[in-house]
Amino acid sequence: MVKDQEFLEKKASYCLGLAKKLGATDSSVIVDNSVSETVNFRNKKLDESNRSDDLGISITTYIGKKKSSISSSNLLDDNLNILIEKCVDTTKNTPEDEFNSLPDQDLLAKEVKDLDLYDDTHIENDQKIDYLKKLELAASNDKKIVNTESSFTQRKTNFVLANSEGFCSGYKTSSFTASSVTVAKDEKSMERDYEYSSKCFLKDLDDANELGNASAIQTIRKLSPKKIGSEKIPIIFDKRIAKGILSTFASAISSSAISRGTSFLKDKVSQKIFSDKINVFDKPDMLKGLGSRNFDIEGVKTDTLKLVDQGVLKHYLVDTYNGKKLNLKSNGRCGGTSNLYFENGNISFKDLLNLNSKSLYITETIGHGSNIVTGDYSVGATGFFVENGEFKYPINEITIAGNFKDIFQNITLANDLEFKYATNSPTMLIEGMVVAGK
Amino acid sequence: MSNFFEKSDLSRKEAENIISDTLQKCDDGELYLENSRSESILLDDNKIKNSSYNSDLGFGFRAISDEVVAYSHSNEISKNSLKQSSENLKSTLKSVKGTYNHEIPKSNKKYYDSINPIEQKSLNEKIKILNDVNDYLRSKGDKVKQVTANFLGEQKSIEIIRSGGETLSDVRPLVRFNVSVMVEKDGRKETGVYGVGGRQSYDSYLKDENWKSVCDEALRIASVNLESKPAPAGEMKVVLGPGWPAILIHEAVGHGLEGDFNRKKTSAFHNLMGQKVASEGVTIIDDGTIDKRRGSLTIDDEGTPTEKTVLIENGILKNFMQDRLNARLMKTRSTGSGRRENYRHIVLPRMRNTMMLSGKQTQEEMIKAVDKGIFAVSFGGGQVDITSGKFVFNCTEAYEIVNGKIGSPIKGATLIGDGPSILKEVSMVGNDMMMDPGIGTCGKAGQGVPVGVAQPSILINKMTVGGTKL
Repeated sequence: MVKDQEFLEKKASYCLGLAKKLGATDSSVIVDNSVSETVNFRNKKLDESNRSDDLGISITTYIGKKKSSISSSNLLDDNLNILIEKCVDTTKNTPEDEFNSLPDQDLLAKEVKDLDLYDDTHIENDQKIDYLKKLELAASNDKKIVNTESSFTQRKTNFVLANSEGFCSGYKTSSFTASSVTVAKDEKSMERDYEYSSKCFLKDLDDANELGNASAIQTIRKLSPKKIGSEKIPIIFDKRIAKGILSTFASAISSSAISRGTSFLKDKVSQKIFSDKINVFDKPDMLKGLGSRNFDIEGVKTDTLKLVDQGVLKHYLVDTYNGKKLNLKSNGRCGGTSNLYFENGNISFKDLLNLNSKSLYITETIGHGSNIVTGDYSVGATGFFVENGEFKYPINEITIAGNFKDIFQNITLANDLEFKYATNSPTMLIEGMVVAGK
Repeated sequence: MSNFFEKSDLSRKEAENIISDTLQKCDDGELYLENSRSESILLDDNKIKNSSYNSDLGFGFRAISDEVVAYSHSNEISKNSLKQSSENLKSTLKSVKGTYNHEIPKSNKKYYDSINPIEQKSLNEKIKILNDVNDYLRSKGDKVKQVTANFLGEQKSIEIIRSGGETLSDVRPLVRFNVSVMVEKDGRKETGVYGVGGRQSYDSYLKDENWKSVCDEALRIASVNLESKPAPAGEMKVVLGPGWPAILIHEAVGHGLEGDFNRKKTSAFHNLMGQKVASEGVTIIDDGTIDKRRGSLTIDDEGTPTEKTVLIENGILKNFMQDRLNARLMKTRSTGSGRRENYRHIVLPRMRNTMMLSGKQTQEEMIKAVDKGIFAVSFGGGQVDITSGKFVFNCTEAYEIVNGKIGSPIKGATLIGDGPSILKEVSMVGNDMMMDPGIGTCGKAGQGVPVGVAQPSILINKMTVGGTKL
């Protein structure tokens, strides 16, 4: 069982009290506990079970404008005494930084709404095994599938965030995640693909059959890929890749990248950075949302932000420290975005495929090819050649490259948004990128 | 060395009894205990941004029966917690009837000292160096707009208790020092990153103002990139410089030669043992025994002494890297490659220091042999799809080669290739093998472990360069 609020609050207040006694002028502490249980299957047999019980504490102490932090998984008072003493001591020896401080009191979250993030249901390992058996049976239906691996995880977490200004709050969350990875083989090639479902509530999880089927279909269609020539061609990103464009956008508008001057989107607020019809939201109060929260990791309240309105950048993602540096108020985005998404476009998936006579549909990218300083982008890719709206044949061993400044201005979105992850995008068409192949 | 039972209601004897009771009919398994301390001190934007310290303690209890692994971990070392874990393992492995394998090789060799690098240098000294780095780089001219530098230090003590009470232990120091610099000229910004590290004290790398050479290298890379032109797109010849570019080897063949993927037949290499997978003259080893290197280990995380494993010898595939589980199921022996990020994770077969050995040619000969291609000197990271065998890595410093001569620097681009065939495209192997500077971390199944790479300069006949210039 995950630790209750009372236990976590007691530890938190012990730390705050001790830090004060040892000379800290301010302090904040997060105590969290997560208990997860996973069962892995492989080729229709039990492969692994894994139970983890993780308790952690992290404390930041301030002496005036000096700051330092410690973290530990050992919550015995003996150990906490040694660590907090060390933390305060280190704080004394760390140079001052005028922007160091706890969040402004009036920005702290006052109320904690019930966002429906915790499902008390406990699923026993035997039930997980039943689910995975069904999943792998569906996944291995076709003879071309030569290997199946699947996994089911139940995770329950609880946390308390407290600071010396009197803030003390936290809540439980849960997640149930199932995934399927399949390998298909023919004479010429061996390919792997996956499908996945993660939900706060067990009853919302995708059906085992559907998950296994989807994984198998997505894998088999990749067999016997071709390599194409180098050319400029319209690129369509599957939803699971398109969301990565949003993640890069989010790191480029984080107040730390902006204040350090290391983002290609510095000084771009109020400017048009996306094509006309693009709207981007970050909405923390979605019920059962995988990125939902009541406040950020500093305790600052979070409101919904329309980050991009008709292509125009409206906000950075601001935390307390960088906000003070940029002379902006924190908008509760310390630690990043919540439920970040592109609003739907006004064209169907099918019509998007038909917009150009030839295009590439990308289902997977590999490599870390996003540079947020310059905006340059270059990654390896796998997908399909699309002609007249139809998938013609699989392609691989190509790269796609461009610069985000151009990519953002050339996006067309379909109207098929769904909330499968914390960051979500409809299917995305990008014109003007360069493909390198043969 | 840590005494894990000192402050616990659980005595060593009681722990041994629970372990033996749980594992008696299993094929393998152990209790893994870990106590680590780590620090991070970061200078950024002219200020000490962060000084943090972490202490982590916990255990992972593993039981293996045939192919099934049951694992349970907790950070509470207590009678109650270990018993609960034991129950959890037993509930997964309902009817076990194996024979516990007590055999584990022994060695007295050690590849690093049991030091705590964090305590060997005071906080004030570390802060002073970071400030000196900042002042030094910013004195190099107006174009330097941002400097980030950090110290990362760690000491990890581990103990492995096996069924019957056999105990193995290791104390592992690890440090890293990194510098990142951003420069700007005519509105254009570029960054350069460099670092050093390994399993010894910070001073071994930074004494006598050695940190200046780290700064100079980061600034050099950033300055080169300021002049870079768009990279070409398409297939061409590629010359790789020595040292760190060996992450090509790590991605292209290293992961595909890990035992688990081959036992499960999901690696593109699983049916190629004894076959020619590389050009003649290409020999690749994975070595855990190099003194004080980042990827070296005295014993792996199952207690097996590490070794120098020959993976590819003169072009022929010779061995996979194995942990105990995959070795047993593939009827071979562990190569001391069983590793885990920490007690929260299960053991997987992983790389240590992966190296391509020197050949006879010079880098000059390779450049001369290229009409049109690129010369890649430094890389960011890489990634591989072990099933299709396709891998990528990102250049952070590269030049075009025109008619046998090195030309202008080109922008960072991704290079993509096919693991099982790329080493057959190696047409020259240099005589200049070099180790990387000691900064690599390899990710697999969500676990990061420190690794090293090494190679000489090599010429690859054909690779796809992911630039924007058609």
